[in-house]
Amino acid sequence: MASVQVSLPLPVLPQGWAADRDFKPIGHLSDANDRNIEPVGPHFLAHARRKRHKRTFSEDDRIQAQVNVKKVEDDDEDDISEPEDPLMLQREAKDWKGQDHYAVLGISKYRHRATEDQIKRAHRKKVLKHHPDKKAAAGGTEDDQFFKCIQKATEVLLDPVKRRQFDSVDEAADVEPPTKKETQKGNFYKLWGKVFEAEGRFSNVHPVPKLGNEKSTKEEVENFYDFWYNFDSWRSFEYLDEDVPDDNESRDQKRHVERKNQNARRKKKTEDTARLRKLVDDCLALDERIKKFRQQEHAQKNKRRIEKEAEQKRLAEEAAKAKEEQAKLQAEKEAAEKAEKADAKKAKEAAKNAAKKNKRVVRGAVKEGNYFHGAGDAPASQIDSALHDVDAIITRIDNEELATLTGKLNGKKDAGEIKQILQDEVKRLVGAGKLKEGEMKSLS
Amino acid sequence: MSAEHDPAQRVAIGISFGNSYSSIAFTTAEGKAEVIANEDGERQIPSILSYVEGEELHGGQAKSQLVRNAKNTVAYFRDFLGQEFKSIDPTPCHQSAHPVQHESTIAFKIRDTAEDKENEVTVSEITTRHLKRLRSSASNYLGKDVNAAVITVPTNFSNAQKEALNKAAKEAGIEVLQFISEPVAAVLAYDARPEAKMADKIIVVADLGGARSDVAVIASRGGIYTVLATVHDYEVTGLKLDQVLMDHFAKEFLKKHKSAGDPRENDRALAKLRLECEAVKKALSIGTSANFSVESLVGGIDFTATINRTRYDLLGNKLFAAFVRLVTHAVEKAELDPLDISEVIIAGGNANTPKVASALGAAFPESTTILAPSTSATAINPSELSVRGAAIQASLVQEFELEDIEQSTHPMVTVTPHLSHAVGVLCISGEESSGIFHPIIDAETPLPVRRIAIIATPKEGGDVLIKLAEGSRHIKVTKPEPKPKKKSEDDEDDSDEDESDEEEELREKTWKVGKVLSEAAIKGIKKGGKVEVQINIAADLGVNAIFREVGGKGGVRGIIQPPKATQNGSA
Repeated sequence: MASVQVSLPLPVLPQGWAADRDFKPIGHLSDANDRNIEPVGPHFLAHARRKRHKRTFSEDDRIQAQVNVKKVEDDDEDDISEPEDPLMLQREAKDWKGQDHYAVLGISKYRHRATEDQIKRAHRKKVLKHHPDKKAAAGGTEDDQFFKCIQKATEVLLDPVKRRQFDSVDEAADVEPPTKKETQKGNFYKLWGKVFEAEGRFSNVHPVPKLGNEKSTKEEVENFYDFWYNFDSWRSFEYLDEDVPDDNESRDQKRHVERKNQNARRKKKTEDTARLRKLVDDCLALDERIKKFRQQEHAQKNKRRIEKEAEQKRLAEEAAKAKEEQAKLQAEKEAAEKAEKADAKKAKEAAKNAAKKNKRVVRGAVKEGNYFHGAGDAPASQIDSALHDVDAIITRIDNEELATLTGKLNGKKDAGEIKQILQDEVKRLVGAGKLKEGEMKSLS
Repeated sequence: MSAEHDPAQRVAIGISFGNSYSSIAFTTAEGKAEVIANEDGERQIPSILSYVEGEELHGGQAKSQLVRNAKNTVAYFRDFLGQEFKSIDPTPCHQSAHPVQHESTIAFKIRDTAEDKENEVTVSEITTRHLKRLRSSASNYLGKDVNAAVITVPTNFSNAQKEALNKAAKEAGIEVLQFISEPVAAVLAYDARPEAKMADKIIVVADLGGARSDVAVIASRGGIYTVLATVHDYEVTGLKLDQVLMDHFAKEFLKKHKSAGDPRENDRALAKLRLECEAVKKALSIGTSANFSVESLVGGIDFTATINRTRYDLLGNKLFAAFVRLVTHAVEKAELDPLDISEVIIAGGNANTPKVASALGAAFPESTTILAPSTSATAINPSELSVRGAAIQASLVQEFELEDIEQSTHPMVTVTPHLSHAVGVLCISGEESSGIFHPIIDAETPLPVRRIAIIATPKEGGDVLIKLAEGSRHIKVTKPEPKPKKKSEDDEDDSDEDESDEEEELREKTWKVGKVLSEAAIKGIKKGGKVEVQINIAADLGVNAIFREVGGKGGVRGIIQPPKATQNGSA
């Protein structure tokens, strides 16, 4: 932290000034204002770190310093050194083509992922250990074969073109595809994932999609297989070329070898493409997700079909039901009509009978009333006119009125009463305009 | 895409999303912020979208559509985000698609598909499309899929607006790591320069934008920023400067062609006039004169004219003065004096105008640095300030989990007590017996704080007394005299008194000694020795001070208890 420089001198200590341990607190700071600081910038990050971890300035400085120091140490420490295989130490430098450069440098766990820096550091480590001068000084033989191997390996690996050629044929980096049996144990994604991760190192296109897991979406899975079926590989096979004789003597021989190499490369490339294709085919065939998606699709389609059929069926049923209902309604209606007709007939009959009976009563009443003739037998003319009148009344009134009239007359024995009732009736009829005044002779 | 990203796979950029222009920037491996140009080579990308037959145009291409296809061109929409229809000002959109109410938000009625049908597109959807284009430009430039960003917003952006912007960004596939305020981003852009020195200073950030102007007064204390005051204005803007030029050229045109109509009354002519005036304004920032030339302005008449900078300065005088008033008002609002301000950063496109910088320079004392292209050769392009700050912040926070960032920006962390008075030591001077106050920690410094000061001692060495005290800043006004009194301890340098002829009063910054906090003694200092004072002030106002001779052993340690604690506190 920057310090403030004050150029003005401090005052001289006055005489007689004394305090416990030379310090005397006098006042207090004034109250502070609470303000919002802006969460921006590196110094704020430091502030937030201190505040959140409740560190003081010096604590934070110390912890940050430790963090920084560790980083530097890590860089030196994580160095790569794998012990050499005794067989490898026996190698002849002239067979460098067959050697595993990564193993020679002791970085076989990184292989194609090793960075240039790692290669350089690994090389240095190996040189320190295997330098022929050191060996000679220690009284060993003058065997510099392995040292030459190391130099060759570094030469190949530090040249991007050569390294790529070597990586192309670096079988130690390949992962064998699992067998069907192995994948059936449920670790399909783990085993095949590794295979494709290893194959992905040849891709010109990045990023290389991952195999994923059982939860991957259809799109992801399709994307994955599309990628692998259209794989764009930089793999080439120059590294396996037969050595071209560089003596100038036989140009033909040289050309022949070159041509042979070309053909061999092409063939190997085709084989590799075929191999990869088969690999993807195998994986696809074993991939449960494809089956699952197909089933889902089927289910979807079936579902749609079943729904459609159900819908049709339901419609048909509804139509049939509606028709039935209508027929039933029709039948009911007809039956009701018939019954009504019958009822009406019966009622009519009954009414007729009742009317007949009533008429009989009325006529009987007239007879009972001695044909409105005082005492003694009524003369024939009187009987005639009375009966005529009563008939006229009966024809002029309807059944109901007849029934009331009958009700009134029923049980009446007195001729006067009967006559009175009938006269009232006549009067009513005259009032209703159904009879003319004076039409009734006997009942006037 | 909307899911949270693994911090390791994050590709974060800084986005400055303005009403008129947006820009994008990233931080290089060397820690330098670089502004990204879009496909058309624009570093200031107009925040405009235009639709032609279902095709989406963006940036400068969309801007040129304002002439022919104004109804399907959306511009100046940033401030509408997260607002209600009743609370927006649609004036800037007059020349483009007009905002309409749509449920609880705002939408634009545009034909954005090939069909002959107007769709209501909400402002958040427009923002999403705009951010998508910015994101794709950045992704193309970087060759990596950009998925996170730090976005700058004005200091008065409400939480609802931030929320709306966050949502729109998420839709566009951008994870917003943090919203930072524009003025602070500008300060950060300057402070992140390798040559920047860390000092305690008070900075004014004056942003003269297209549709609005914002001024913020910021205290920078040891790299921690506190906003002391802000002022927002929607009247003194770059668009108004354009308007001044438009009026000028329209009058010139009418003078020459009396029969032709006023170009300001014809929509298309107005749009052409506006575009050309903006170009003229930009040209005048660089050269001393500029050409105005529009083909077929009104009634098929081509119009060309020239304007020089003096004329422009005269035309815009009122606005420049208003802008200066705005800035001084902000300083007043922060209860400060222009003398307290050590830097003025002018941001926004219109900061390129030399007159703005010179007008502001006149309003502040000479001790104040004006950071604008015309006054300082090392000034950063004012249009790129906030985006650079955002890019730097993005590189700082991109490896943190989102939750971590949220926790760090929580008020629990950001609300901090700030010193109300400066704390310093009393030094002697010839005339005053009580001593002269020299600040070590300025007022408005967030607590806790730690500062170290190296103080000179009397030449002959010996025992010295160190008095810690509070001080308050005082502005001393002296009437002009033939021999102005000078205080050598003052920060400002008034030695060149060119203006002393003018009838102007002389203003100086002096310190008044307040409460004395403590006394300490250091004995037996060597000749020419110096004293180091380290002051730690905790958040509870407790002070822990260490005094020792530079290079010497031991020293004196003292504790001043926080105010409400017991009075006896000595170590």
